[in-house]
Amino acid sequence: MANQVKEVSIGDVVNRSVEFEEDLKGEIMNINVGPSHPSTHGVLRLKVELDGEAVVKVEPVVGYLHRGDEKIAENMTYNQFIPYTDRLDYIAPLANNVAYVLAVEKLAGLEVPPRCQAIRLICCELARISSHLLGVGVYGMDTGALTVFMYTFTEREKLYTLFEQLTGARFTTSYTRIGGLARDLPEGWLGNVLNFLNQFEPVVEEIDKLLTRNRIFYDRTVGVGAISKEEAISYGITGPNLRASGVAYDLRKSNPYCGYEQYDFDVPVGSKGDCYDRWLVRMEEIRQSVRIVRQAINQIPDGPWYAEEAKKIYAPPKSKVLSSMEELIQNFMLVTEGPQMPAGEVYFEAENPKGSLGFYIVSKGGGVPYRLKIRAPSFCNLSILPQLLKGCMVADIPVVLGSIDFVLGECDR
Amino acid sequence: MNYLPVLIALIKAVLMVAVVVVIAAYAVLAERKIAGWIQGRYGPNRTAFPVIGYIPILGKMLTRLGVFQPVADGLKFIFKEDPIPGHVNLVYYFLAPCVAFIPAMTTMAVLPFGEMDGQPLVLANLDIGMLFLLAVSSLGVYGIILAGWSANSKYPFLGGIRGSAQMISYELAMGLSILPAFLWANAPGSETGMSLFNVVQSQDQLWMVIWQPLSALIFLVALFAETNRLPFDMPEAETELVAGYNTEYGSMKFGLFFVAEYTHIVIGSGVLTVLFLGGWNFFPGLPSPWPGGWVGGVLSTLWFLLKVFTVVFFFMWIRWTLPRFRYDQVMRLGWTVLLPLALANLVLNAIFIALFDNWFV
Repeated sequence: MANQVKEVSIGDVVNRSVEFEEDLKGEIMNINVGPSHPSTHGVLRLKVELDGEAVVKVEPVVGYLHRGDEKIAENMTYNQFIPYTDRLDYIAPLANNVAYVLAVEKLAGLEVPPRCQAIRLICCELARISSHLLGVGVYGMDTGALTVFMYTFTEREKLYTLFEQLTGARFTTSYTRIGGLARDLPEGWLGNVLNFLNQFEPVVEEIDKLLTRNRIFYDRTVGVGAISKEEAISYGITGPNLRASGVAYDLRKSNPYCGYEQYDFDVPVGSKGDCYDRWLVRMEEIRQSVRIVRQAINQIPDGPWYAEEAKKIYAPPKSKVLSSMEELIQNFMLVTEGPQMPAGEVYFEAENPKGSLGFYIVSKGGGVPYRLKIRAPSFCNLSILPQLLKGCMVADIPVVLGSIDFVLGECDR
Repeated sequence: MNYLPVLIALIKAVLMVAVVVVIAAYAVLAERKIAGWIQGRYGPNRTAFPVIGYIPILGKMLTRLGVFQPVADGLKFIFKEDPIPGHVNLVYYFLAPCVAFIPAMTTMAVLPFGEMDGQPLVLANLDIGMLFLLAVSSLGVYGIILAGWSANSKYPFLGGIRGSAQMISYELAMGLSILPAFLWANAPGSETGMSLFNVVQSQDQLWMVIWQPLSALIFLVALFAETNRLPFDMPEAETELVAGYNTEYGSMKFGLFFVAEYTHIVIGSGVLTVLFLGGWNFFPGLPSPWPGGWVGGVLSTLWFLLKVFTVVFFFMWIRWTLPRFRYDQVMRLGWTVLLPLALANLVLNAIFIALFDNWFV
């Protein structure tokens, strides 16, 4: 009897000490970062498990911005879908417009005139500058440097003014059309772009001075969120994030479109694939984009700015529609039935600011796609988050998110 | 019994609190204006005050300068709805803003801000002024801990933990960095103690920052950490913890945290000025030209305030320029860099004084 009592009391002590040790280890805290959080840039939600300040597990939850763009595309003509592409990567709508029409033109086997190509290329590169400016600015803000964000936004504001002069809209540009553009360049616009670039380059250097060699920024980003070459490829990461990991893969070089092969530019490549490399790659890409735009402006060709011979695809100019019977009918058919495409399947990828934006189109002929699939670079880039953030500190979450530079509009589609 | 001295002391105290709160409120405005200046924008320039705001040229100018903005901010804090989340621990939830605010206000009692006929202008010229200041200001951390803990919410909790760890760590380095200043101020054999007024007087010939740059630097860095300013704003790091320890606070309770933070900055700048920048001394090596009487008092106070505002400006300049440290980096800097450095600095100074004290006496 006495023995039994003794045993029980010993057991209690052991249990209590076990409990005490368990208590010392603490418990895992579940915390929601997002969907509305200052550093998730949109509606990304991260289910984070924390052990103190250390991140144990991260599960990204996407889809808060899902609008069913791919299904919407099946219910409208090819041209009608262009405004929806504005809302994919809404930081660089012009680049999306171009990528989409290039995919449809590939389906139609259509070649646009050189002037149209050059204008599209300038649009793409300006969009890249705009997107990377937001990327580095927000990245800076995520590390706590708020001023860089304001500097980049001042420049983006000027870019928006340029976009407004070009397309009539600051944000949702919808500038391209299948087989051409909505309109030719406004008079003097290229001069405005050159003026912008001239005053823009010193600003890039200033941003560089503020953060690139800043000791705190350096400590915050070097070695944080490193993606190896193999990982980057296996997760399907594209764009600056892939190049920061040391893979020199750029669709503008490997599969040139819009006449990228005519221009001289470098593809910056990182070595370690950490947050700092991603910063460096973006900063360098901004400079290279400036270089490309300068070349394109210097040698912009004259001539038609839409495919004149593609009568079933590109609507004729309004003046002709109002004065000539044949063009009136052509316009009517295009508006009611959409640009006529052959049956077939096509996949086209363009090097967008965030990565490779791909459109896979299945056509059964006529003016409406049978199926349209969008390969969103942000979605693929975000897929590495659970692995990337494991073992980081809480303070690393915004830094890694900022360095990956994603847009949820594109990710959720 | 004569109540007059008590009454005068009371009036002085109320005046002092009013002045410091106004300075803190305008420090907020200054922050926003300086942020605007640094970031290439205007800052607040729309808030107009009835009557004064509509005086032809002057009103417009004041509006552009945002002079009425703190008034509007204060009114907004007072009249906004004050939601209390259902999951908070009510007692500590209400206590936390007070605990943050009261020490920030109390520290000013021992801070001398001028000199009149050889007497310090200060609410209480304590012999242990610096000790009192350290003791009271270190109570401010309880505001952050209580706020983080009582909110029963995860982001404030993380902010509270960070804040307490950071402030306790940096208090050590801060305490050690001011000791050399007092070692030098108190020449061997003197009986000045820890009075802040005597520290200022001892800097008549040479400002401490020139003589003790390392101590000044450590004190400055620790001050940034103690006031939770960027690059050390761990407790409320907005891109990580939304708003940190005050996430669940709204209305005037948040306002108290806010005012307390800026009061800390102003008082901290004052302490830095007193300890290392010669207080109201004119320039190193020059005798102070303040005449006797109240004119001298006012002039020395203005000169002191000018120095304080320069330091406050420096605070803001840093905030809008540098990124934020990571939590572990803050800890590493505090424990492995600043603390050994401050210790070594103190020991070396002590040895130096012990060996060569005869040179100076």
